[in-house]
Amino acid sequence: MASTEGAPRVSRRSALSWLLGTSLGATIIAALYPVFRFVIPPRVAEAPVNRVLAGQLSQLADNTGKIFRFGARPGILIRTPAGHVRAFSAVCTHLGCTVQYRPDLQHIWCACHNGQYDLHGKNIAGPPPKPLEEYKVAIVGDDIYVTKGA
Amino acid sequence: MRALDKLWQALDERLELDPIVEFIRHKVVPTHRHSWAYYFGGLTLFFFFVQVSTGILLLLYYRPTAEAAFESVQFIVTRVPFGWLVRSIHSWSANLMILSAFAHMFSVYFMGSYAKPRELTWWSGVALLGLAMGFGFSGYLLPWNTLSFFATRVGTDMVSLVPFVGGWLLKFLRGGSEVTGATLTRFFGFHVAVLPMLTTLLLGFHLALIQRQGMHVPASLEEEAKRRKPIRFVPNFMMREGVVWLLGLAALAALAAFFPWELGTKADPFGSAPAGIKPEWYFLFVFETLKLLPAHIFGIEGELIGLGAFAAGGLVWFLVPILDRGRPGGGRGRTFFVLGWLVLAYIVGFTFASFAGVFK
Repeated sequence: MASTEGAPRVSRRSALSWLLGTSLGATIIAALYPVFRFVIPPRVAEAPVNRVLAGQLSQLADNTGKIFRFGARPGILIRTPAGHVRAFSAVCTHLGCTVQYRPDLQHIWCACHNGQYDLHGKNIAGPPPKPLEEYKVAIVGDDIYVTKGA
Repeated sequence: MRALDKLWQALDERLELDPIVEFIRHKVVPTHRHSWAYYFGGLTLFFFFVQVSTGILLLLYYRPTAEAAFESVQFIVTRVPFGWLVRSIHSWSANLMILSAFAHMFSVYFMGSYAKPRELTWWSGVALLGLAMGFGFSGYLLPWNTLSFFATRVGTDMVSLVPFVGGWLLKFLRGGSEVTGATLTRFFGFHVAVLPMLTTLLLGFHLALIQRQGMHVPASLEEEAKRRKPIRFVPNFMMREGVVWLLGLAALAALAAFFPWELGTKADPFGSAPAGIKPEWYFLFVFETLKLLPAHIFGIEGELIGLGAFAAGGLVWFLVPILDRGRPGGGRGRTFFVLGWLVLAYIVGFTFASFAGVFK
């Protein structure tokens, strides 16, 4: 009831509107929050891959390269014209295509936007902004093992 | 005939159809020397109908998983009777729909039809073009071939550059941090459920606005439009639009039959991107620009500058109804007219230069 001794500071109508508005807002948030969470997939427990058998030395001729699987991402193993074996991430630092070795250029090359990296994985031409991540290579007999990180 | 009359009477009694009949009877389309531009929207609608019907047919056989997608499309084009035709029409019609939507947009732009009171029509139209490109981008991945795999890698990678929410968006689109079978399943969901729903709603709104406001006549053509008799929508304009649709169908059938859409090779997530990789033609101008940009511009990564510029350009294009204040004597501003030609020349120039192999 509107009081006769001066209007109340908060009328009953505005208090009810406020309650209705906030509960409506809360209902919407309560409905949307699970949706937002649902659309992002859960982290699947994956054994972190730090070391893989990337290939055989006898099958990697000078001035060639090959893609190997490093966990969920591709890596590239190259054998330089001088016979050095090196390994890098094969994910182009520009927009994420998979690079390849070009024997004719003696470079690592990305077909998507014509990015080029030298034999040390350094970006030397085209749009890539950063060098390819380099991996450590260990040769045990004929097997080439690649290790990530320090 | 009596039965039809009775049916009509029964419906009229219940639904009061008179105002609708009156509306249709009085609906006219203005005539002037640029009236041809009024047919592109309808043509786009025609290709959309083709997309919906062929898309439903493809759904009968398509399987949206990384293991089965490529094989199911292969099955459609090699074993299912007329499967090659249905799939080829779906791919070609998608491209013709985008082409006709572009023609519609530029003709509307140059006639200045975006100005008050038709801002909402322009905005819903630009949003519809965005949805159409979303259809193209998501549909491209569905056959799970090498080209589409890398196009999706690149396209979704660009999203990660969006400030603040880029990482979230990337995971939302890919269904993980890499492009995998999870991405394919998601894109399938977008392509056959989310985008069609949004498009249907927005298309209904876009068409309702046009019915409510009628066709726009540019200030420079008002004299001519007053002098010449407008044509009735039913049946005259509809008949002519029908001829345009038939031409569209003929072009579609010829393209689909003589140039069946290639399937390519199955995507190998652990293979290199093949030489000569390219996106669909309507993304070529962006693609070639990104190839030309150096790694760093003023210390900032080139792709960030490039994509930022495209985003800003898109925003200006979208906001044209507000930014273009028009000329004092009526008609649209000169600046935006010239800007439109520059944008068109840029897109057409880069697209053709890319086809001609100018950019190595």
